[in-house]
Amino acid sequence: MSINEKIVDDLVKNKIEFVTTVPCKQLAGVISVLENSDRVTHVPANKEDEGMGLCAGAYMGGMRSCIIMQNTAIGVTFNTLATLIQYYQIPLPMLISYRGEVGEKVACQVEMAVHTKALLSQLNIPTYHFHHADQVEELDAILNHSFMSNKPSAILTDANFWRTAQ
Amino acid sequence: MIRSDILESIAPVIRDHLVVCNIGLPSQELFALDDQPSNFYMLGTMGLSSSIGLGLSIAQSKKVIAIDGDGSVLTNFGTLPTIANNVRDNFILLIIDNGSYGSTGDQPTYAGLKTSLASVAEACGCENVVECSAENTADEIQNALNSNQMTIIVAKCESGNIPVEVIEMNPVLIRERFMAEVRK
Repeated sequence: MSINEKIVDDLVKNKIEFVTTVPCKQLAGVISVLENSDRVTHVPANKEDEGMGLCAGAYMGGMRSCIIMQNTAIGVTFNTLATLIQYYQIPLPMLISYRGEVGEKVACQVEMAVHTKALLSQLNIPTYHFHHADQVEELDAILNHSFMSNKPSAILTDANFWRTAQ
Repeated sequence: MIRSDILESIAPVIRDHLVVCNIGLPSQELFALDDQPSNFYMLGTMGLSSSIGLGLSIAQSKKVIAIDGDGSVLTNFGTLPTIANNVRDNFILLIIDNGSYGSTGDQPTYAGLKTSLASVAEACGCENVVECSAENTADEIQNALNSNQMTIIVAKCESGNIPVEVIEMNPVLIRERFMAEVRK
């Protein structure tokens, strides 16, 4: 099984039925698996805060939801995380492409990478950093934890994670 | 007519459906006029009423009416292509377009100047877009409910607000009682 199929399997195992995505090169494989899956409703969003609105609505409609996005957009979602997801206690796993970490080829991506964990920490969002492919084994428990606690959670997947997953 | 007049006139039409209501005065006015457990009041997050409403309509089959404003749609323009390309016939988006940011002091929006939200919605690919007067809004919502087709309604009205209290209900209570209505 590819790591992308493993990730989607874990989403399904945790009863996630709705996934919204804003693409990243590192996430292309998992988005492709989602798009071709009949087990999950996939709705691409134009912006990450919009996607979180979709997730909140889907959750209230009875579907567990998840957002897949890039870390450069964390700032865009700050108000939504604080005043919608956290304020109304809506669980929301965020599978995040952690651009700008070691192995990054685009220098500008590092500029948001250095803020990513600090911003998530500022919001007290449980944050997990996947640096090696074998860490994907933790995903199932992290997803379960997010729904148990009714909180958002951030799973940061860096370039080395995706490289070692090849 | 101003926004609160529209809300008062549509209350009997939307009462029995799931309603997602925009942040600020629209939610406060609806809360004061006709609080229902089937109303989800946004206490924060300007712009996401239509997104929450669409997600809700995707996840379940009951009719959903998202009440939005021109300023809020302008701040989340990306919502219109998403709505257009993910058609849900149990979804109605009502944009109350008073041409101003009502909750922040009635500053003019671009929708009150040269930008037509109905034209934008059509350009984004939305298929049933209705622009109506404030007076006809309740009828247009009823038509949209009867049609069983996803509809975007842009209701034009005058700028202005009535004095209302802020909503002090706990946000988790708002969500829990709303979700209980969804499950009924």
